[in-house]
Amino acid sequence: MLTKRIIPCLDIKDGRTVKGVNFEQIRDAGDPIELGAFYAEQGADELVFLDITATVEKRKTLSELVNKIAHKINIPFTVGGGIKTEEDVRILLQSGADKISVNTAAFLDPTIINRFAKNFGSQCVVLAIDAKCEEDNNWYVYLNGGRNKTNKLVTEWAKEAVDLGIGEILLTSMNHDGTKQGFALDITAQLGETLPVPIIASGGGGNEQHFYDVFTKGKADAALAASIFHYKEVAIPDLKQYLHQKGIAIRL
Amino acid sequence: MSLVIIQYNAGNIQSVLYALERLGVQATVTDNLDAIQTADKVIFPGVGEASTAMEYLQERGLDKIIKNLKQPVLGICLGMQLMCTYSEENDTNCLGIFEEQVKLFKPNEATIKVPQIGWNTITNLKSNLFKGVSDEIFTYFVHGYYAALGEHTIATTNYIQPYSSALHKDNFYGVQFHPEKSAKVGEQILQNFLSL
Repeated sequence: MLTKRIIPCLDIKDGRTVKGVNFEQIRDAGDPIELGAFYAEQGADELVFLDITATVEKRKTLSELVNKIAHKINIPFTVGGGIKTEEDVRILLQSGADKISVNTAAFLDPTIINRFAKNFGSQCVVLAIDAKCEEDNNWYVYLNGGRNKTNKLVTEWAKEAVDLGIGEILLTSMNHDGTKQGFALDITAQLGETLPVPIIASGGGGNEQHFYDVFTKGKADAALAASIFHYKEVAIPDLKQYLHQKGIAIRL
Repeated sequence: MSLVIIQYNAGNIQSVLYALERLGVQATVTDNLDAIQTADKVIFPGVGEASTAMEYLQERGLDKIIKNLKQPVLGICLGMQLMCTYSEENDTNCLGIFEEQVKLFKPNEATIKVPQIGWNTITNLKSNLFKGVSDEIFTYFVHGYYAALGEHTIATTNYIQPYSSALHKDNFYGVQFHPEKSAKVGEQILQNFLSL
């Protein structure tokens, strides 16, 4: 049986993990390679590396980092952050990334989805959507790391992107992100029930019950979190054991 | 031991190379016909689309070379599918090593996603490729097409229906999942192939 996936996310800046982590098992917690390998060892099903570096040397430093990660880590990983062109994708995939994620650039020029899917296969193209529920009770797409609102509904954009060839959707609820009060179940389920691609839920996971809820009520195929793993508030082996005991298909 | 990874227009070749490096084995990535024919073992990896991959192989004469290899050959994902007779993916005639046919997953309910992406179990393990690997272990899959069950099936996975997650005939082995991305069990399977 295909299992639900648990995905730790590492934010990277200038080749280092942003947000301090405090793991006794890890010599250098700022080293994304070491942290990623630790999560893989702990039973993470995949990893996401999100590069937030804003320098001109970014492409080179990122591809070098991805290459080191690919040498070390024996589970799949996705790389995102500022990917705009086929050349960006080609370099990252050749460096050893399994998938790439696109966000703002794809919204501004949706044809890149089509081109990426055609050239590299839908299975390696993940669409990241930053979503916010406004007072009118509708979920809107936000761009540029959540700084800029658009008038596009999340459901519309997700559907268009699937038609263009996206292989997976990483949905982050800005309303829930950082709250540790649980994932956005309604919008996640709405996408999960209507779209033919897997949905990765992100934002709000604070305890084991939240993950159970997003896999059941939220219909998510995978759940992503960062700080609760970094700060050991939730340990991946405990989380997976909990989900398994509650009857969720999970890899132990 | 000389180990060759066949280079062609498909993805994930680097990942296979790095996984072998983690096992302490240096492989050569090449499309050179002589190098492939004289290697002790050959890996035929791939993530991609069947018809363009077959065209590429045919243009370079790789199709005839591969199916006549005598040393152990391991096809991975698309590599395994190309070793079958026929793929529904763009109506493609493949290498014809395994008689099994490759078909498109057809979801029987709305919540089933295609391609299958993620970790699923392999069962009914029937080959020394799986020596030391326990039944119902999880491996990592990314695929929209599957090889049907047949006489060469040596591992079965269930997604919508049971299908061949590994095939074996003579010196040819194929796995639908990605051992290079399947954590420790994947490393065990690659090690087993190297030990054949």
